[in-house]
Amino acid sequence: MSELIKKFEAETKGEAKSFPDFKPGDTVNVSVKIREGNKERTQNFQGTVIQRKNPGTVGETFTVRKISSGIGVQRIFPITSPNIEKIEVVRKGKVRRARLNYLKGRQGKAARIKEKI
Amino acid sequence: MSGIIGKKIGMTSMYDENGRSVPCTLIQAGPCVVTQVKSEDTDGYTAVQLAYGERKEKNTPAALKGHFKKSGTAPKRVVVEFRDFKEEFEGQVELGKEIRVNEVFAEGDFVDAIGVSKGKGFQGVVKRHGFGGVGQATHGQHNRMRAPGSIGGASYPSRVFKGMRMAGQTGNSRVQVLNLKVMKLMPDENVIVVSGSVPGAKNSTVILEK
Repeated sequence: MSELIKKFEAETKGEAKSFPDFKPGDTVNVSVKIREGNKERTQNFQGTVIQRKNPGTVGETFTVRKISSGIGVQRIFPITSPNIEKIEVVRKGKVRRARLNYLKGRQGKAARIKEKI
Repeated sequence: MSGIIGKKIGMTSMYDENGRSVPCTLIQAGPCVVTQVKSEDTDGYTAVQLAYGERKEKNTPAALKGHFKKSGTAPKRVVVEFRDFKEEFEGQVELGKEIRVNEVFAEGDFVDAIGVSKGKGFQGVVKRHGFGGVGQATHGQHNRMRAPGSIGGASYPSRVFKGMRMAGQTGNSRVQVLNLKVMKLMPDENVIVVSGSVPGAKNSTVILEK
């Protein structure tokens, strides 16, 4: 990649937020800023991280999956987004792969992830 | 219409004030040199000719060498004329004046980008015009999957209408994209960042107009 692009990305990224290290399998609580009209409020989204894409770049994203009233909900967050206020690791999970797409067909007991101690 | 000449660097993204991710293109624009000023008296219209890019002396035709010598600059690669250059430059532009990107554009402006699109060679109608193709591999289709189909009636009009979309050279043509927002200016590096994509490959010449 061109040096100029790197420089531009570094300039526009804003101040670096330090998020805790988290991996696929971990349960996280993401605080997202939401704008409703002129009002701004924070919404939390808690679930299991099922993948991290393009790590180490400004385009890095991570996918969080949760079961909300019986329906599976997934949300993709850009990690450099200014709307993400905070990421909290609730629980560390022990998994053997980087993409947990196998969770998509599962519910309840089958979708459990062992805790890493 | 004012403008500047530049070179496409590549694409990335940034966040706007609403926190939305916006795809954007970096363009190394300028500094350009004024190589000719056309006026109503001498040429019948007003325009400014700008030049950009490096060019070796030995690769420059003698006629161009003389042209660049008049404005006192080293030979340049691209020469573009802008009609009715920005009013605030009126009367200020003189031969050999260096024009920088932050003098022409400001953040938040909407600009048009002109470039030469990437050449795709001779392409069929599916790629070139977005035809659907046949859509079936069986029922008698063995080599007709991407064929254009009928191009007109045999008895009437018994000719093919002009402009019928057919296969042919795709890309490698001058393309203008309108209304790209200037997201950021980096005057120290002569870099302008516009929203969206710009025609052409990396390192190809881009003309920006306002």
